[in-house]
Amino acid sequence: MNLGLETILVFLVLANIVVLASSRLTACIRAVAAQGIALGIFPLLAHDAALTARVLLLAAGSMVLKGIVFPMLLSRAARDAEVRREMEPFVGYTLSIVFGAAALAVALWIGSRLPLPRATWSPLVVPVALFTLFVGLFIIVSRKKALSQVLGYLVLENGIYAFGVALALEEPLLVELGVLLDVFVAVFVMGIAIFHISREFDHIDTDRMTTLRDWTRRRRAPGTALSGKGEAAGEGGK
Amino acid sequence: MILALVLLPALAGIAAFLIKGTLPRRALLVLTAVAHTGLTAWAWADRPSGVPEGWLALDAPGLLFLSLTSALFLASAVYAVGYLSREKEEAHADFEEGMFFTNVPEAIFTGCLLLFLSTMTLVTVSRHFGILWVAIEATTLASAPLIYFHRHHRSLEATWKYLLICSVGIALALLGNFFLAVAASGGTPRTPVVLDALLADAAHLNIPWLKAAFLCLLVGYGTKMGLAPLHTWLPDAHSEAPSVVSALLSGALLNCAFLGILRMLQVCVAAGEGAFGMELLVGFGLLSMGVAAVFILGQADYKRMLAYSSVEHMGILALGVGLGGAATFGAMFHAMNHSLTKAMLFLLAGNILAVCRTKQSSEIRGLGRLLPVTSALWLVGFLAITGSPPFAPFLSEFTILRAAIDAGRGGVAAAYLCCLALIFIGMATAVLRMTLGEPSRGAVVPSPREPALSIVPPAVLAVFVLLFGLYLPPAVGTALEEAAAVLAGVPK
Repeated sequence: MNLGLETILVFLVLANIVVLASSRLTACIRAVAAQGIALGIFPLLAHDAALTARVLLLAAGSMVLKGIVFPMLLSRAARDAEVRREMEPFVGYTLSIVFGAAALAVALWIGSRLPLPRATWSPLVVPVALFTLFVGLFIIVSRKKALSQVLGYLVLENGIYAFGVALALEEPLLVELGVLLDVFVAVFVMGIAIFHISREFDHIDTDRMTTLRDWTRRRRAPGTALSGKGEAAGEGGK
Repeated sequence: MILALVLLPALAGIAAFLIKGTLPRRALLVLTAVAHTGLTAWAWADRPSGVPEGWLALDAPGLLFLSLTSALFLASAVYAVGYLSREKEEAHADFEEGMFFTNVPEAIFTGCLLLFLSTMTLVTVSRHFGILWVAIEATTLASAPLIYFHRHHRSLEATWKYLLICSVGIALALLGNFFLAVAASGGTPRTPVVLDALLADAAHLNIPWLKAAFLCLLVGYGTKMGLAPLHTWLPDAHSEAPSVVSALLSGALLNCAFLGILRMLQVCVAAGEGAFGMELLVGFGLLSMGVAAVFILGQADYKRMLAYSSVEHMGILALGVGLGGAATFGAMFHAMNHSLTKAMLFLLAGNILAVCRTKQSSEIRGLGRLLPVTSALWLVGFLAITGSPPFAPFLSEFTILRAAIDAGRGGVAAAYLCCLALIFIGMATAVLRMTLGEPSRGAVVPSPREPALSIVPPAVLAVFVLLFGLYLPPAVGTALEEAAAVLAGVPK
């Protein structure tokens, strides 16, 4: 049993519950950031082997990206979009916590049944990784704000990353850096998209983005549509 | 040389961000496309050796998909020059809802287009599952700004769906990669997740973990490929993106995701679990075709109709590979035919959209009078994509059908035919209504002359679709057979 490791695992679970329970986006962003830093420390404690340059570099990279850069990007997006709270999620906060408890139970159950080819250092690692993954997916589908969905994506990513660390998978450095870079660019691009969404719609509620659909003809904005149409035809005629 | 294939468009893309002049930037786009096609053609003549550790190498399926990507990019680049010169720089009114919007700066558009090519090339040459994942995720990120070329709320909605759904899907694929690594970690030293090493060591893979890995990768890359029910981003993204981007998304990008699934299937086949993966692919394939058939019938928007047709054809590819045997060859052949035909159709849709200014097929009449060349090619494309002889998709769809019947899968064959018939009816209604008849009153007659840059690329693609239907050059045929053999796990 590795005490430091277990502490971090418990910390990850608590951060997940904060993300589930809090309506304040700043609190959620901080929780995800803390999770990112904890995940950065993870491989340092977990590897019995000496601290190679590779492990140090990865730990530093993920701590800086997940713990500092992402929260900064997201906080800026929240400020630009002028949102502080997730007002009315599809699933309420009490129910979210109930889901969290259920997901934790399921994760522990699956974790106890997964036959691992190699023993990990703590029996809790796999359940915690799975729990983080479930919470991430749940946040993506149960929240309306685009920003919350990005947070959900990050939690999901953290869960998958924890899984990778848990199983001590020695991916080549180049690949791991590539994965980190991809996630970074993803968050960056999503941040830009949120900025545009808030400017275009004056809100970042994804449930109100419903123009694109099948079967129904698009609703035209009254008045403007006609003039636009006329203008288009006029231009063509010239 | 493999590195050159990947780095050339990447560097050109970065250069495109920095170049101020419009003309040099467009020249760079076309020149890079030509150079990339040239390098690909060279790879056909002299298969390049892999880079050390076997992380990047070109095998037969990779070369096939690389060639498709390269050829389509060349066609799209030429078309894009004409397209970009028609697009206005300043704010202009949207023809559907009348609001004003601007475009993404052309430098960013061109740069992302080139980076997109680079990432897709990387997908086709990756042998390491981690690099494959990085490359596929990078294609999403490079293409998101392309979909948001027209800065208005509809394309933004499409871009957001695309980004989020694909990123989450691909995150699951990363989990699949980890599962695969677990499956490979039985031996000492553990097998690296490089395709060749996994194939060589397939007997020692842990089967339950391998199956879990296949599931995760199928769902993850299947999202990107547009297999129902994970296709929801696809119609929105394809209908809102500029047509030249839709052509690349549909013709090249979906194939790349498909290649990701095929790589995993190769490992499963080598480990003796091919049947498990193939049954899943048959299921997803038929479901995709069914969903596409339902949504194509009565589809009012012709770009969405083409998008659903892509869902259908991805279903056919999955089905073909899932059936195995001769159908694998059919699927490879069909991947090629679908790419060429669908890219041509999307480019033509761009021409129609530019003149008629509506995406509703019911509002368009008498295309034959308005745009004679586009209209003729549009009809050709419709016949080809629905699998009518003498075009190439007929041959590949027929190969898959025959393989299904030969394998005694009567139910599968019946469902397959049923979906194809429904889709033929659905597309015929829209396309014939658009091309025939007299132009409606508001339409512009006589139409402006059709610019060569927007006619030649789809016309050339049409020639290839017809050519491959009448006579398949032996070199292409051998390459397709080789690709099918590699996928079936038969030693070269």
